[in-house]
Amino acid sequence: MARTLGNDTPGTAGHSARRAFETFGPYLTISLLLIAWELASRLELVIAFLLPPLSVVIVRIATDFASGQLPMDIAITLYRTLVAFALAAIVGVSIGILISRNATVRWFFDPLISIGLPMPKIALLPVFMLWFGLFDLSKILMVAFSASFQIIIATWAATQSIEKELIWSAQSLGASRREILREVILPAAMPQILTGLQIALPICLIVVLITEMIMGGQGLGDSMLRSARYVDSPGVFAGIVEIGIVGFCVIRAMEVIRRRLLVWHQETREETTV
Amino acid sequence: MRLVHTLWRFTPLLLLAVVWEAVSRLGLVSEFALPPFSDVVTAFSRLADEGLWEHTAQSLYRGATGFACAVIVGVLAGVLMAWYRPVHILVNPLLRCLYPMPKSALIPLTIMWIGLGDNSKITLIFIGCLLPVVLSAFNAARGVDQVLIWSARSMGAREREVLWEVVVPAAMPEILSGIRISLALAFILLVSGELIIANNGIGYLIDILGEGGDYAGMFAGVVTISTIGFFADQGYVALTRRILAWRE
Repeated sequence: MARTLGNDTPGTAGHSARRAFETFGPYLTISLLLIAWELASRLELVIAFLLPPLSVVIVRIATDFASGQLPMDIAITLYRTLVAFALAAIVGVSIGILISRNATVRWFFDPLISIGLPMPKIALLPVFMLWFGLFDLSKILMVAFSASFQIIIATWAATQSIEKELIWSAQSLGASRREILREVILPAAMPQILTGLQIALPICLIVVLITEMIMGGQGLGDSMLRSARYVDSPGVFAGIVEIGIVGFCVIRAMEVIRRRLLVWHQETREETTV
Repeated sequence: MRLVHTLWRFTPLLLLAVVWEAVSRLGLVSEFALPPFSDVVTAFSRLADEGLWEHTAQSLYRGATGFACAVIVGVLAGVLMAWYRPVHILVNPLLRCLYPMPKSALIPLTIMWIGLGDNSKITLIFIGCLLPVVLSAFNAARGVDQVLIWSARSMGAREREVLWEVVVPAAMPEILSGIRISLALAFILLVSGELIIANNGIGYLIDILGEGGDYAGMFAGVVTISTIGFFADQGYVALTRRILAWRE
């Protein structure tokens, strides 16, 4: 950043070299790293077991895909993630709004949230297994529980920070409480609620994989842990690449949805980083 | 007055404990599914004599080591990336690709690489927490007001001084809030790593107690690690306030 300020002299050879560097630099790093990965294990700089060659991993992913195992794992993991995320979103936003509108609800939930938010909720997994069994239900509830606290506080903070003038004007125009909630409070709180959801979504992915690793029952997490148990290192690396791609797509999709939902909002105009 | 206020604030927790005890004692739910709260307390004091603290200490050692390494390496890497533009151009796309990866995918990898001991968990927490720290330090350092940097330079500060005495302090609040996110992540990775495979540690303890049918003990373990997670976060927030006290 600061270093290069003022050094830009447009039109010189150095300038165009820099432009080229800025355009192609990003691809350069990634390709170099991928090549280094392949070479390091082909030339036996590292043991192939610790880092199988990239080509082997790619072939492995292709085979898994062709056999139908990979598409099914992805579908199962995504299904659990998205159902749990939807559940967490509905419950979280509802509780968040109730908290901001009702003093008793606020009194009840305030200490629960201040303790529940920072605690490692995954420690409750054995309890969820005991209560809800070993199948989808306990996985989905565990994931939704882990993610919902972030959504509750985001919603609560969002409704808290709405300008009072907006609500007053709606009231003076004769809007009912319900209309104000639907037409004023929810839209005005939307950007911050969506930020809360964007924090919750990666948590859902992280926890879904953990539940699959611990309880089994198909999915990307289960198949990856099985590879690790059988010391099948191409399988583990294939899992990392697959999970990385799925995570990337899901999180990008959420950003696109945010932009769609907030077309009317000024924030959409600006570029965001990562 | 203050005391009454605090008590009133935490009454809901007390209420929950009473309801917990009641539903279990009155047989509304099976004692297996939810052992009475008092049994959990008894189990806690029993476990305290039977190695609960050793397991907890083991977990804390793993968590603290991995987390500390991630913070040190991550902050340095993030700030330097922001400072040297070529580095930023080369590394940023990599970060953008790797950042969304669910960090729990690393658990099987560290199991396969290192096995089930301490180092496997430490590595897991280190790698898992590294990226969020790097990214927040990077964004924070990049967001520092250029005017601050220009003024420092115009007053004759050397580059290194600008970096350590202007950029880093100005970026500190955002760096610290990024570290807080990593702290929560460290706990998740620690507990789940131990639940999946370990020889000791609090996650392991919860797992074997549950499998052995000692549900009161299992709940005691869960309450212990939850409490530690809560106080770690509170302690971190207090520390943050300390560090940022000069800004007031």
